[in-house]
Amino acid sequence: MANDLLTSTTAMRVAPRRQFTRRLRNNLTTICLLSPALILVLTLFIYPLFYGLRLSFDPQTGGMFSNYSTFFSDARERATIGNTLRLALPATLFNLAVAIPLAYRMRRVARGRRLITGLFVIPMTLGTVLIAQGMLSFFAPRGWFNKTLELLQITDDPIRLVHNRTGVLISLTIAEFPVVFLILLGFVSGIDPNLERAAQMLGAGAWQRFRRIMLPLMVPGIATAFALSFVATFAVFPSAVMLGQPAGETRVIALAAWQAAYERFDYSAGSAIAIIMAAIEVAVLAIVLGGRSRLYRGPSSVGKG
Amino acid sequence: MSARVQDLRPTDATTDATTHRRPAPRIGRLRIRNLTKQFGDLAALRDFDLDVQGGEFICLLGPSGCGKTTALNCIAGLLEPDQGEIEVDGDSIVRTPSERRRFGMVFQNYALFPHLTVGRNVAFGLEMQRIPKAQIRDRVDRVLALVRLQEHRDKYPAQLSGGQQQRIAIARAIVIEPRLILMDEPLSNLDAMLRLEMRTEIRKLHQALGLTTIYVTHDQEEALSLSDRVVLMDQGVIRQVGAPREVYLKPASAYAANFLGSRNLIPVRVKAVVENEIQVETRSGVTLTGTARGTIATGDEAIASIRPEHIELGAQGNGALNLFSGVVQSVEFLGQGTELSVESQFADDLVVRTDEEWSSGDSIELYLPPQRVIVFPAEPQGA
Repeated sequence: MANDLLTSTTAMRVAPRRQFTRRLRNNLTTICLLSPALILVLTLFIYPLFYGLRLSFDPQTGGMFSNYSTFFSDARERATIGNTLRLALPATLFNLAVAIPLAYRMRRVARGRRLITGLFVIPMTLGTVLIAQGMLSFFAPRGWFNKTLELLQITDDPIRLVHNRTGVLISLTIAEFPVVFLILLGFVSGIDPNLERAAQMLGAGAWQRFRRIMLPLMVPGIATAFALSFVATFAVFPSAVMLGQPAGETRVIALAAWQAAYERFDYSAGSAIAIIMAAIEVAVLAIVLGGRSRLYRGPSSVGKG
Repeated sequence: MSARVQDLRPTDATTDATTHRRPAPRIGRLRIRNLTKQFGDLAALRDFDLDVQGGEFICLLGPSGCGKTTALNCIAGLLEPDQGEIEVDGDSIVRTPSERRRFGMVFQNYALFPHLTVGRNVAFGLEMQRIPKAQIRDRVDRVLALVRLQEHRDKYPAQLSGGQQQRIAIARAIVIEPRLILMDEPLSNLDAMLRLEMRTEIRKLHQALGLTTIYVTHDQEEALSLSDRVVLMDQGVIRQVGAPREVYLKPASAYAANFLGSRNLIPVRVKAVVENEIQVETRSGVTLTGTARGTIATGDEAIASIRPEHIELGAQGNGALNLFSGVVQSVEFLGQGTELSVESQFADDLVVRTDEEWSSGDSIELYLPPQRVIVFPAEPQGA
């Protein structure tokens, strides 16, 4: 109150002209500080986006939309959408299903938390190619995994976990789990622990506390984690080629775009597929984030009023 | 269930609560024995014994780190004590999880569920008891009326002011008709005006609903004004238990005197004891006559205490007994009175409270009435 009064009286004393120049100077500073980021976004995102969009409507043969109509009329091309969704959605949902309870369990662990988080974060630093390389030898017919199973006499024939969709799914899980987990852990740790205690005092058991209090408050974090994991897994490329069946069930949409652009050298068709890819991602994110805001949007704790 | 519903009957209790007959409390007695809790090397709570009668308002008072919140959390079941027994009407509840103790709790930061409306926040505890919907609506309505927040039923906690959030937190705790209400410094986040208002309101609700309350605070004024009995704590140990007037007027130790507003503690050595009257000598060699509290013998180290408002100004009293002169060092105007810091023969900094106007540098005559000068045995080391 007293502060408001003080600032308003000082503001009144400043002449309007000086106030204008001061505001201009403030804005200039803001613009200058923003410009590096702005230039980066413009040159690396906005310009390529519109360049690709324009290119996609300028096909080598046919009318303006012929790239798009070719993609959707060709069953093999069209199937890439389903192939990719069948990788991205299960991988993302699996990561969430494991990370939510794990992050919840670890919300108050003080000792050993850094070690555990560290272990989970390591895959992030590896990169998909390295993970794929490791998996190829680990899960190979004569690799450690199958040799161990044979030794324990669990199986007679080697289990095939690579060169199919399972292999790609495993690698996506390894690569994306840390992101999902860390985002959720940050969110859960930010929730006021007194909320759970309050629920407990009101008669809520462990499941009720999770279900009625913590889970709803984790929704924004879950949505964010879903969005990041989905976008990353939807753009899967190296592991789909190395660990999957790039000619069959793991022929993902990114691969279709790459083949159009760099095997058939049809940049226009490649751009069109990339635009379709982006449109699907935007649509899925819109559904998730829209659903999130219908559930709950607000702070995870109430400060003093 | 119907009998319990009736307990919240005084619909407009805030206006005529006092005319209603006070409902019977929901517990007869809470009995706590030897409650002990250790955090690493720190004994947060040692041999905490307390008996609470149904309907009583108890304040656990002490500075931060004295163990009062630890004690409250142990009673709530949010912390497991290392040792000790807690009984409600003869039944041990130490092993009962919080969610089945049927205690209400009000947190310092209110801990309202941010994703639920005010109505849903208040209804939460009732929903957990699987009470029929119509009955829940009824009871939520009544309790919101009790805290005068009916019209905010569909708002979210973040849309309310601190005082309103506080009232919702109280409503949420009392609507389940708990056997015991636990409050953890519920007023410390409010501004001074609101704090006074809420204090009155909490006391009124306590009276109107026949609640049994344990209230944690570090504010001596709050403790004195609210409670039937004050439990003064220090370093995990209970130092004194008694009615507010008793603890205030007859502090059992220098620590109690200090915490309950006696700001003048003077280290002295005992010269002579005649029944209750005691003569002591300050470090500067001045003799002071006072009243002994506790067992003190000649030659002991002791502490003499006097409240700022008990020091009289101007040359009065009988003869030269406890009459000193000093110089005003600083003046603090407090609205209801002025506090002077006085340098005198026996203390560098004596706090004196007066209604008169003084300015620093003035010479001043002080009279310390012997019955107001209370001499305690020196505190043992480390306490």
